[in-house]
Amino acid sequence: MRVSVDRMLCVGAGLCALTAPGVFDQDDEGVVTVLRSDPAGDDRPAVREAGMLCPSRAVQVVEADT
Amino acid sequence: MTDIATTPQATDAPAFPSDRTCPYQLPEGYARLRDTPGPLHRVTLYDGRQVWVVTKHEAARKLLADPRLSSKRTDANFPATSPRFEVVREGRPAFIGMDPPEHGPKRRMTISEFTVKRIKGMRPEVEEIVHGFLDEMLASGPPADLVSQFSLPVPSMVICRLLGVPYADHDFFQDASKRLVQATDVASASTARQDLVRYMDALITACQAEPRPGLVSTLVTEQLAKGEIDREELASTAMLLLIAGHETTASMTSLSAITLLEHPEQYAALREDRSLIPGAVEELLRYLAIADIAGGRIALADIEIEGQLIRAGEGVIVVNSIANRDGSVYEDPDSFDVRRSARHHLSFGFGVHQCLGQNLARLELEVILNALMDRVPTLKLAVPVDQLKLRPGTTIQGVNELPVTW
Repeated sequence: MRVSVDRMLCVGAGLCALTAPGVFDQDDEGVVTVLRSDPAGDDRPAVREAGMLCPSRAVQVVEADT
Repeated sequence: MTDIATTPQATDAPAFPSDRTCPYQLPEGYARLRDTPGPLHRVTLYDGRQVWVVTKHEAARKLLADPRLSSKRTDANFPATSPRFEVVREGRPAFIGMDPPEHGPKRRMTISEFTVKRIKGMRPEVEEIVHGFLDEMLASGPPADLVSQFSLPVPSMVICRLLGVPYADHDFFQDASKRLVQATDVASASTARQDLVRYMDALITACQAEPRPGLVSTLVTEQLAKGEIDREELASTAMLLLIAGHETTASMTSLSAITLLEHPEQYAALREDRSLIPGAVEELLRYLAIADIAGGRIALADIEIEGQLIRAGEGVIVVNSIANRDGSVYEDPDSFDVRRSARHHLSFGFGVHQCLGQNLARLELEVILNALMDRVPTLKLAVPVDQLKLRPGTTIQGVNELPVTW
């Protein structure tokens, strides 16, 4: 699984940081940052959920391990 | 595009919005719209205009994230659900009424105050506020009016601290906000709006003279000083955050109390297992959908959705109370179940305008539920639920008074 974010699209709703706090964070400006772009197996369900919940499509989750 | 049906499934265009007759159930007319096939239905607004309402969850998510739908509330085509919306055109709206690319930079001026970390750090302060008002209520009763003694003061004080608005002014701003969101005619909405704008303008002046803690002062000393926002827009923004920060959570608190007291087996489950509370908050948000007319948009282009066509210029309203009860997403959607996974509800909206204060609302509701269960375990309604006077469908759903005892 690969995680990336588009910081330009982020609107700071914070759902990613709330849902998968080990993988996503928010910087001092409130904009999304990625802590782990290759989340561990345990984090993956929460990361998928975060991808679904992101209201501005700033969070992208690709399943393939490449 | 000739094969796309432009006529909706329902043969008429019923009046919208409708009033709830139960604090936590859909009005009969909404249930009918929900149960009619197709995601889009024609409804008639107070001014006789016909617009689309979106009633299905997936279509609602798609449309709220679609840049071809505009949020410009000052546009003549904006689907106003009551005359009070006309006062938006009297001034410069805050970012809630803007589209990209204008919207993003304006919203970003505020988001640092609402991060998950920042909100988590507010928990001790929110707990202190919640317990403080419960101390007063318990000392003065029973009975009590939960709205004026608890539901309204708690989020008012919380948002005052965050914004740097003096809580001492709560009688003024609670009254003016109530007059604005519940106005049934343009003149009273306009007066209430002017009262709030004047108040915020004076606060801006005070922050210019002497900076203070809170978001309003930060916006004054940074963005206003640098010319990134003008004074009128800053006053509108501060007004939006103040109203959205207290009216909504106040309504959620009162309606949550009613819903839990009317579902004693669910309330007992929560009391026994507090780890259910975050999920219960999501379910309450889904179930109660207190801002269910907040999703008004204008189509900027023809938009096809599931074989139906929205034409450029038409009004669209995503009704989150209906979309939250889409049976294809939530099993037995009209039942209240604190154990269900309700997180994908649309009560905070979706897309770039999704509620800025949602994590603050979640924190407040968690603290409030825990505190009510700890401090007022025998809480009950002092009047039967069917005798409560509900707010009309044209505004934030809720009650203006909630007699309780314990």
